[in-house]
Amino acid sequence: MAGLHKSDVKNPVLNWIDTRLPIITMMNKEYAVFPTPKNFNYFWNFGALATVALMLMIVTGVFLAMNYTPDGGMAFDSVERIMRDVNYGWLLRYAHANGASMFFMVVYIHIFRGLYYGSYKTPRELLWMLGVVILLLMMATAFMGYVLPWGQMSFWGATVITNLFSAFPIVGGPIVTWLWGGFAVGDPTLHRFFSLHYLLPFVILAVVFLHVAALHITGSNNPLGIDVKSPQDTLPFHPYYTVKDSVGLCVFLMVWAGFVFFAPNFFGDPDNYIQANPLQTPSEIVPEWYLLPFYAILRSVPNKLGGVCMMFGAILVLFVLPWLDTSPVRSAKFRPLYRIFFWVLAVACVALAAVGAHRPEGLWVVLGRVATTYYFLHFLVILPLLGKIERPLPLPESISQPVVPRGGGPLPTAATAKPMEKP
Amino acid sequence: MSATAPTHDHGHGPELAGGKRDFLKLVASAGAVIAIGAIAWPLIDSMNPAADVLALSSIEVDLTPIVAGSGITVAWRGKPVFVRHRTDKEIKEAQDVPLGQLIEPEADSARVKAGHDQWIIVIGICTHLGCIPLGNKPTDPRGDWGGWFCPCHGSQYDTSGRVRHGPAPLNLTLPPYAFETDTKIKVG
Amino acid sequence: MRAALLAAALLLGSIAVAPAYAADDEAEMPHETWSFSGPFGTFDRAAAQRGFQVYKEVCSNCHSMKEAYYRNLDGIGLSEEQVKAIAASVSVPTINDDGEPAERPALPSDHFRSPYPNEKAARAALNGALPPDLSVIVKARQGGPDYVYGILTGYADAPATMKMGSGMYYNKMYPGHQIGMPQPLQADQVEYSDGTKATVEQEAHDVVTFLTYIANPEMEQRKRAGVKIILFLAMLTGVTYAVKRRVWSDVH
Repeated sequence: MAGLHKSDVKNPVLNWIDTRLPIITMMNKEYAVFPTPKNFNYFWNFGALATVALMLMIVTGVFLAMNYTPDGGMAFDSVERIMRDVNYGWLLRYAHANGASMFFMVVYIHIFRGLYYGSYKTPRELLWMLGVVILLLMMATAFMGYVLPWGQMSFWGATVITNLFSAFPIVGGPIVTWLWGGFAVGDPTLHRFFSLHYLLPFVILAVVFLHVAALHITGSNNPLGIDVKSPQDTLPFHPYYTVKDSVGLCVFLMVWAGFVFFAPNFFGDPDNYIQANPLQTPSEIVPEWYLLPFYAILRSVPNKLGGVCMMFGAILVLFVLPWLDTSPVRSAKFRPLYRIFFWVLAVACVALAAVGAHRPEGLWVVLGRVATTYYFLHFLVILPLLGKIERPLPLPESISQPVVPRGGGPLPTAATAKPMEKP
Repeated sequence: MSATAPTHDHGHGPELAGGKRDFLKLVASAGAVIAIGAIAWPLIDSMNPAADVLALSSIEVDLTPIVAGSGITVAWRGKPVFVRHRTDKEIKEAQDVPLGQLIEPEADSARVKAGHDQWIIVIGICTHLGCIPLGNKPTDPRGDWGGWFCPCHGSQYDTSGRVRHGPAPLNLTLPPYAFETDTKIKVG
Repeated sequence: MRAALLAAALLLGSIAVAPAYAADDEAEMPHETWSFSGPFGTFDRAAAQRGFQVYKEVCSNCHSMKEAYYRNLDGIGLSEEQVKAIAASVSVPTINDDGEPAERPALPSDHFRSPYPNEKAARAALNGALPPDLSVIVKARQGGPDYVYGILTGYADAPATMKMGSGMYYNKMYPGHQIGMPQPLQADQVEYSDGTKATVEQEAHDVVTFLTYIANPEMEQRKRAGVKIILFLAMLTGVTYAVKRRVWSDVH
């Protein structure tokens, strides 16, 4: 395969580069003329938004690290110095802290979009699994980042989460000591969390690259969930989707800025403005909102090891989702029964988040168990059966066909293929 | 999955009313550039000296405890500043040197504040390679010209902080300072 | 439509989670009107300056405020000379030329002096209680300024049914109602030079304004920038959407 690339680029300098390293040809092929289904709704913005969120998190994080000190005695003060003395330090920190919430919000919507429109189904199984890897990495990164300000919630959150590993018999204790680098969360723990918190985003970036590479092999799914059949079904990515993503990006940045400038501590916990104190636990330990559902699953199981296994299982089950869902039809638009269960799942996840935010007492315990049960039932039992029981609605002929004859026709559902689209 | 380029790409077609569209695009692009600049500036500015650094960028020095013939070193912006109380003999030596003998000719009057001839205030960093010269304490070696002596490569400065013997090429730098009262200066 | 529903459900869900953090406490949170609330709020300089007086004469006897500097006082409208004089009236520990611990007048570039050299000294002097640092106290309590105001004005006689611990005081606002801090503010505890009557409520209001400034010295700059940025982004959204409409106008 060795040999110079025959470049079509006109500019001689760029042509010289492109002949030796065809990045311009590649960028043009993958991002400019790349054929993309023409019927995306605005939910297809969220992948691009997540990429931008990752970039902004890395950039603000790099500059924050220039002023942060990962030392038990100095971390809290160094964060306050960033807030008070570093030029625009408050902006960097608030953008970064709220950015974690924004990143998860966007990624969760991205995931639920994938669930609704069956984006995980063949041939996009690997694409989906890479996405789950990104989610796992994000959770680890966010957790370690939350420890860095070294407030009370940082310290006790780190204590509780690392203690999860003690649930494993025999190896549990040594693993926890190894994670801590001592006999409690302390200075060595903070140092290594800082190191890993700086490293993991670049690992995420690498997996995102693979995620996008896989996407460009299979091509995107679309709201109808049917394959692209002809060039009539697609549009070049640029300018159609670059401009559409830009609209979403502006709105996204506006939401982000709204929190940063006007409610910067909305997602934060007041206890994290109290310096870590190893001798005093806050009255209530609550993780950040994006981890609440998993925290609720953990607490819903009365057995320690069982809870830990269920919590990890809640994510692991997503890896095998492409094989659990036996229906050949992708989009929920044509799956009347699945659509109902999808919404039940969404409600169950929100309920779990609410459960995670409350003390495990009374009705919250019951609700937590019901929602946890449904979560696993949904993936392990309902989805495999549904593919066999459900009678899907007739699928449209092609992506471009249902759009042309407006109203009437044999496929009434397909006429609303672009619900968010203004004609 | 078809990878054929679409045939109906009239996105750039001239048949559209180009003027308005181009103007809109221009505004949007300008907006994007401004947005990127607005994101970049706080990042860049965060690397400039922070408020706590700037708060220490000017210091006040009380001169009363410094007896004639000795000097003190104060830290200013992370650098040593030599504040030296010269004797009448040292002042006279500094003033009487013919400028032709100097490596970097500069009159003593240009290196002290008028009316405060007894105070020479210089940044204590050798202009050769950045070592800190000796000579503030009366017990330090002060070199043949009675000012400062750099232990690294033997540069020597006179009582006005002017280099008299190489390898240093330039006189000791003067920090910005002013007399607030006769016995108090503000550096920076 | 269904898609919009999904977004709405998820967004509502996440917002529904937020208030769940609120401690299920019995006391009712006071709702003071603060000069600094809202997207255009600024600190009432006169109140903040009176609040500083309360802090200096009352709070600072026991509470540290170690993250803040004397130079931060310029943000409540004090001049450079006033700040210098305030700093110089306090002496801070230093090491003298002989290497011995000594004291020197503070400079505007110094952190606020802590009343006790360390936690153990504070506990030893205060019946085992540790007064929390006040640098970010307003951000470190659920309810923020309203809560701190509630504590300062929440002292009352304990109900007869309640058994109080020794050295503890009854406070309506405090979780559990037993607080180690004796009532810090009394009527006319301080004498305001601008003639404002120093009621407990007035003193509490003023000192909370000051403490909110100390916890968020960037707030005014942040909100000013935020208004501009939101307006700019709203405009950019409009323009981008118009471009999008035009680009897509030929797609059927």
